[in-house]
Amino acid sequence: MDTRTELPFEIRDYLRLDRMPHFLCPGCGHGIALRALLNAVHELGIDRDDLAVVSGIGCSGRLSAYIDANTVHATHGRPLAFATGLKLARPDLHVVVITGDGDCLAIGGNHLIHACRRNLDLTCLMLNNEVYGMTGGQASPTTAAARYTTTTPLGNHEPVFDACKLAEGAGASFVGREVTLQAPALKNLIREAIAHPGFAFVEVMSDCTEIYGRKNELGSSPEMVLRQKHDVRPESYGNAVERPFRPGPWRTGVLAKNERAEFGAAYRAHCRAHHGGGPGDV
Amino acid sequence: MNAVVRPRNLQGNRACALAAIEAGCRFYGGYPITPSSEIAECMAAELPRVDGVFVQMEDEIASMGAVVGASIGGVKAMTATSGPGFSLKQENLGYAAAAEVPCVIVNVMRGGPSTGLPTRPAQGDVMQARWGTHGDHPVIVLTPASVMEIHAETRRAFELAERYRVPVVLLYDEVLGHLVETVAAPADAGASATRRFASGPADAYQPYRPGADGIPDMARPGDGYRTHTTGLIHDEDGFPTQAPARVGAVMARLLGKLDAHRDAIERAECVDCGDAEVVVVAYGITARAAARAVAEARARGIRAGLFRPITLWPFAERAFAAATRGARRIVVAELNAGQLALEIERLAGRERVGRLNRLDGEPLAPAAVLAAIADAAGATGER
Ligand SMILES: Cc1ncc(C[n+]2csc(CCOP(=O)(O)OP(=O)(O)O)c2C)c(N)n1
Ligand code: SF4
Ligand SMILES: [Mg+2]
Repeated sequence: MDTRTELPFEIRDYLRLDRMPHFLCPGCGHGIALRALLNAVHELGIDRDDLAVVSGIGCSGRLSAYIDANTVHATHGRPLAFATGLKLARPDLHVVVITGDGDCLAIGGNHLIHACRRNLDLTCLMLNNEVYGMTGGQASPTTAAARYTTTTPLGNHEPVFDACKLAEGAGASFVGREVTLQAPALKNLIREAIAHPGFAFVEVMSDCTEIYGRKNELGSSPEMVLRQKHDVRPESYGNAVERPFRPGPWRTGVLAKNERAEFGAAYRAHCRAHHGGGPGDV
Repeated sequence: MNAVVRPRNLQGNRACALAAIEAGCRFYGGYPITPSSEIAECMAAELPRVDGVFVQMEDEIASMGAVVGASIGGVKAMTATSGPGFSLKQENLGYAAAAEVPCVIVNVMRGGPSTGLPTRPAQGDVMQARWGTHGDHPVIVLTPASVMEIHAETRRAFELAERYRVPVVLLYDEVLGHLVETVAAPADAGASATRRFASGPADAYQPYRPGADGIPDMARPGDGYRTHTTGLIHDEDGFPTQAPARVGAVMARLLGKLDAHRDAIERAECVDCGDAEVVVVAYGITARAAARAVAEARARGIRAGLFRPITLWPFAERAFAAATRGARRIVVAELNAGQLALEIERLAGRERVGRLNRLDGEPLAPAAVLAAIADAAGATGER
C-alpha cells in the first residue's frame, strides 16, 4: 500500500524525477493538466502501482512518460483502443487516458465515440489546445474560427468540434470541461471523473503558448490563461461572460452524468449468468 | 498430465480459435471480415467459458490496439482478420514489434488488392506479413497447411510470441479456414509457454535489458515495476533515446533477437527432397496440391520433391539449402504473382527457379503443379 497518499500532495511523489527536465514549452497548459491529474490521483488514494496511464501521440501524449505509474505511450489516435484492451484484461487497474484534440477528435474520433458508447470504466482527459502542437502548429478539429495555424495561413475556415457534446451524444456517462485557469476546479473535476464508474470524458481547455499563441498574437502565457475567463460559461455562474473569443460559450463543470451500466462489469456478469459454472463448464 | 487424444472434426477457423484458448489466450479483440469471421464468432462463444474477454472493436486498428493493450496488461491476446483488415492493423502491429509486446495475429487470406475477392482463397499477403508495417522490425509468420496443423501452429504461435516477445502472424487461406478436417490433439494439454514476468527488486529492473536468451523479462502492471511502454525507439530503461550509439545498439538487438533461436522457430517439411531433380516450394493450401503432384511425378519416374515452409518468416534458409542442394530446378507454386519466389530466387539464384502462380481466386490443382514439374524436369534434360 502506498502510504504517501496520507500525506499532503507533493507532485514530486508522482513524477519520474529522473525524466526531468520535461520537454514542455514554458507556459504550456499541458503541465497544469498533468498536475491536476496527479493531485486528483493523490486525493483518491490510488496506489501508483495500480494506476495505468495510456497516452496518444502529441505534446499531450508525452506526459505519460513523466508519471511514476504503469505508463503506455500508444500510437497516434489510438490510446483509447489500447486502454480498452488493457482495462478489459485488467479490471483491477485504474486506467487514465491522456489525449490531444487532434489525437482524440481527428485520427482517434471513431475510438472516442465507441468508447463513449461502451461505457468502459476509463477516464479520458482530452487536452484541447486547439492545435497540433507536436507537429509544429497545424490546424486541428478544434481550431477556432479565423485562427492562424501553419495549415490555415488565411485563417481557419473549418467548423469546430464541440467534444463534450459529441461525448455526451455518444453515450459517455460522465462528461466535463474545465480550463487550466481554474486549476483547483480542474483537479476536482478529474477527481470526480476518475471516481465515476464508467467512461468519463474530460475536456481540458489548455493553451499552446509557443506555437498557437504566438502565431495568433494571444500574448504571454499568463495573458493566454487569463483570456480563458472570456471563453467559458461556468455552469454555476450562469451566462455571465460577455464576449467569448472562442466561437460559442464553452460551458464548464460537470456537463453530463448518469449511472449507466459499466461495460466491463456488465460483460462479466453477462458471461457469468450464462456460464455460471466457470471455466470448463460447457 | 492428460494425454488422451480426442479426435474432433473442426473447421480450420474454429480449430484456430480453440487452439488459442487451449494455449491460454484470454483476450480477443476483433472486427468481422470474411473469411476469418468464424474465429471471432468462436471466440465470442468460448472465451466467456474460461473467464476470458471477447470484444468486437470498432475497426481493425482498434482491435489491434486493444490486443496490444491487453497483452501489456499481462494477458495472452489475439486478433484475426483478412487482407483489408490486416493492412489496417499494420501500424499497431509495428508498435508490438518495437515495444516487444507478445501477440498473435491471424490473417485468413482472400484475393486482393483492395476488397478483392472476399470469398476466394489467395496467398497474396506473404510480403505484407513480413514487411507490412513501416521500418525494419522482427516478426514471425507461420503457414499451416491443414486443419490439424492450424491447431498445432496456433498453439505454437502463442508459444513463440510469449517466448520471444514478438508479434506472430498466422497466415493461411480461405480454403483452409473453411475446410473441415479431423484434429487429433489433446484439448487440454495445458497452456503453452507462460510469459516470463519480471521478478526481483523493482529498482534494479530494466524493462528492455535482455536476459541470457536475448529477450527481456516483461513487467506486469500492478507488480510494482511501473514501467513505460512506448513505440519511440527506447533504451533498456524503456524511455526514448535518439543517441545514435544507443539507437544503433537497441535496433541491433531488436532485429537480431530471433537469430539465436532460428532452430526453434523455423519449421519446414521436406518430402522426397534427398535425390530430387526438381523441388517444388509450396506452403498452405498450395502445398497439398504440390504434395500430390510430387507423388504422381515420382510415379512417372520424375525425381521430384517438395519443400514446404511451415514457418514462412524467418525463412528456413538452412533446411531449404539442404533440401535443394541436388536440385537443378526449383518451382515455387503460390496463389499470388510471385512473392515467396523472390526469396527463393535470392537464395537459390534466379536461373534455378521457376514460378507457378494462380491469381484467379481458385487454388492450384495438382495437375497444374504436375505439369510445372514435368516442364522443369524437361528443362533439366532428364526423364
Ligand atoms: C499515424 C500518424 N499520423 C501522424 C502523426 C504525426 N503527429 C504526431 S502528433 C500529431 C498531432 C498532435 O496533436 P494533438 O493531438 O492536438 O496533441 P498536442 O501536440 O497538441 O498536445 C500528429 C499529426 C503520427 N505520429 N502518426
Ligand atoms: S508546442 Fe505548444 S502544446 Fe507543445 S509543449 Fe509547446 S506550448 Fe505545449
Ligand atoms: Mg492539440
